[in-house]
Amino acid sequence: MRDKLPPEPPGSEVTPEKLYLRRRELLKNAGLFAGTAAVVGGGLYLLGLKRTRPMDGFVPDAGAVAQPVAPAAGAFDTDEPRTPYEDITTYNNFYEFGLDKNDPARRAHTLKTRPWTVVIDGEVHKPQTVDVDQLISGFPLEERVYRMRCVEAWSMVIPWLGIPLGKLLERVQPTSFAKYVAFTTLEDPEQMPGQKSPVLDWPYVEGLRLDEAMHPLTLLATGLYGKQLPAQNGAPLRLVVPWKYGFKGIKSIVRISLTREQPRTTWNLANGREYGFYANVNPAVDHPRWSQASERRIGDTGRRPTLPFNGYAEQVADLYRGMDLKRDF
Amino acid sequence: MASKQPWLNPAVALGGLAPLALLAVQGAQGQLGANGIEFALNQTGLFALAVLLASLACTPLRLVTGWTWPARIRRTLGLLAFAYACAHFLTYAVLDQGLDVRAMAEDVLTRPFITVGFTAFVLLVPLALTSTNQQVRRLGFPKWQRLHRLAYVAAMLGVVHFVWRVKKDVTEPVLYGAVLALLLAVRVGEAVRKRRALAAQRTA
Repeated sequence: MRDKLPPEPPGSEVTPEKLYLRRRELLKNAGLFAGTAAVVGGGLYLLGLKRTRPMDGFVPDAGAVAQPVAPAAGAFDTDEPRTPYEDITTYNNFYEFGLDKNDPARRAHTLKTRPWTVVIDGEVHKPQTVDVDQLISGFPLEERVYRMRCVEAWSMVIPWLGIPLGKLLERVQPTSFAKYVAFTTLEDPEQMPGQKSPVLDWPYVEGLRLDEAMHPLTLLATGLYGKQLPAQNGAPLRLVVPWKYGFKGIKSIVRISLTREQPRTTWNLANGREYGFYANVNPAVDHPRWSQASERRIGDTGRRPTLPFNGYAEQVADLYRGMDLKRDF
Repeated sequence: MASKQPWLNPAVALGGLAPLALLAVQGAQGQLGANGIEFALNQTGLFALAVLLASLACTPLRLVTGWTWPARIRRTLGLLAFAYACAHFLTYAVLDQGLDVRAMAEDVLTRPFITVGFTAFVLLVPLALTSTNQQVRRLGFPKWQRLHRLAYVAAMLGVVHFVWRVKKDVTEPVLYGAVLALLLAVRVGEAVRKRRALAAQRTA
C-alpha cells in the first residue's frame, strides 16, 4: 500500500557505529560486573553460612506441659531480668547435636525424651532404675531463677523448674563410702547425631563432690519458664549447679552413680588445662584464652563484672574452705 | 591492561564488601542471634582469613594456569582482607571489650590466642599503607615485594588464631591451614625452579 518509504531520519539521530558498539560493550561489562560481584559476595556468604548461623525465623517449641508455679520468689531467686525464652532455647552448647550454638534447637527433635529411664546406683543403699516421670512425681517441683554463667564468658538468667538433687539423694541413702556423684548422658548416635563424630568421648560424663550435690542450690531441672524442658536444654532431666560454669550442668541424664573416687569428667579429660573438675565460677582464675573477670549477659551489649561463685559465694564458699581454688579450678 | 576489564576490580570490591554491609545491617536490626557480637566476631574473622588466602592465591594461580586476571585483583583482595581484619578488630575492641584498654592490653600481652591474632592484624597495616603504585615506586619493587611477603606470616598467624579459637573440632581451621600450605608450596616450588634455571644459565 505504501508507495513511499518513511523519511530518512536526520543524521543527528543516528547513533554512530562506534558509540553503538560501546553501548554493547558497556552492557556486557555491566553484566560481567554484576556477575563477578555476585560470585565474590555469594562465595564469602556461603563460607560464613557453615558456622554459627543465627536462627532463621525459628520458633521454639512452646513445651507441652505448662506447670503453674507459685509466683512467690524462692530463697535463692535472683530478681535480675530473665533472659527471653527464645534465647535460652536457641543458644545452647549440646555437642551431642552439633558444635554450633543453634544446632541443638534445630536438631534435638530426634531425641525421644519419653519413655525415659534413670539408673541410680553405686554407693547407695537403695539402688534403683526408675521412669523419669515417676521419679519427678515423688517430689514437689520448685521454680528457681538462677544466673547461668558459661565458661565462654556469656551468661543468662533462667527460671528453672525442678527438684533439689539433695532430696533425691537422701531418698536413695548414700553409703558411708560415697564421696562423689557421677552423672552420665544417653549414648545413642541415632537419637544424638552429634555422637557420630568423635569430638568428645561419648557418653558425656560430669560429676560433683557429694557435699556439692547435696547443697540446696543444686537442682535437677525438668522445665524452664514453667514449661517442660525442651530437648535442646537437656530434657527430660538435667543438672543445674548455678555457682559453676555451665558445662557442669550435664543434660539428658540416664545415670546417677555415687562413687568413692572422683569421676573422670568429659571436659576435664578432653582439656584439663582449660576445664577443671570443680569449674567454680571465679573471676580471679582466667581461662587460658580469655579473661573470666567479666561476662556478657545475653541480650546486653556491654560486659558486667563476674562475681565469685557466680554471686552465690554466701551460700557455697564454705564448701571450699582451705582449698586453693587457683589450683583446684 | 587494566582498561581491558574495567569492571573487574570494582566488582570484586563490591561483592567482597557486601557480606560486611549485610552483617552491619543485620546487627543494627538485632538479627544476629542471641549473642550477636560473638557472631559478628566469628564472621569478620573468618572472612578476613578467607579473603587473605584468596589474595595469596593470585600469584600461585597465575603461575599454575598462566591467567593474568588473578594478578590484577590481588591488591583489591589484599585491601579487602585488611578491611575485614579492621572490622574484626573493631568488633572486638569496641563492641566486645567496650574499649576497655586495660582489659585489651592484658588480653594481647598474656593470652597467646589473642597475641597471635593481634599480631596478624598489625602485620597487615604496613601492607595496606604501601599498597599504592606510588609506594611501590618509592620503595622499589624488590624491597616492596620482600615487605609484602609478610602477608604469608599474617595468614599463618591467622590460621593459628583460628585453631585456638575452636574449642574442640579443628576441621575447619585445619582446612584453611592446608590451603595456605598448598599456596606456599607452589611458591617455594617456583622459587626453586627459578634458582635452578639461573644456575643452569650460569654453568652453560
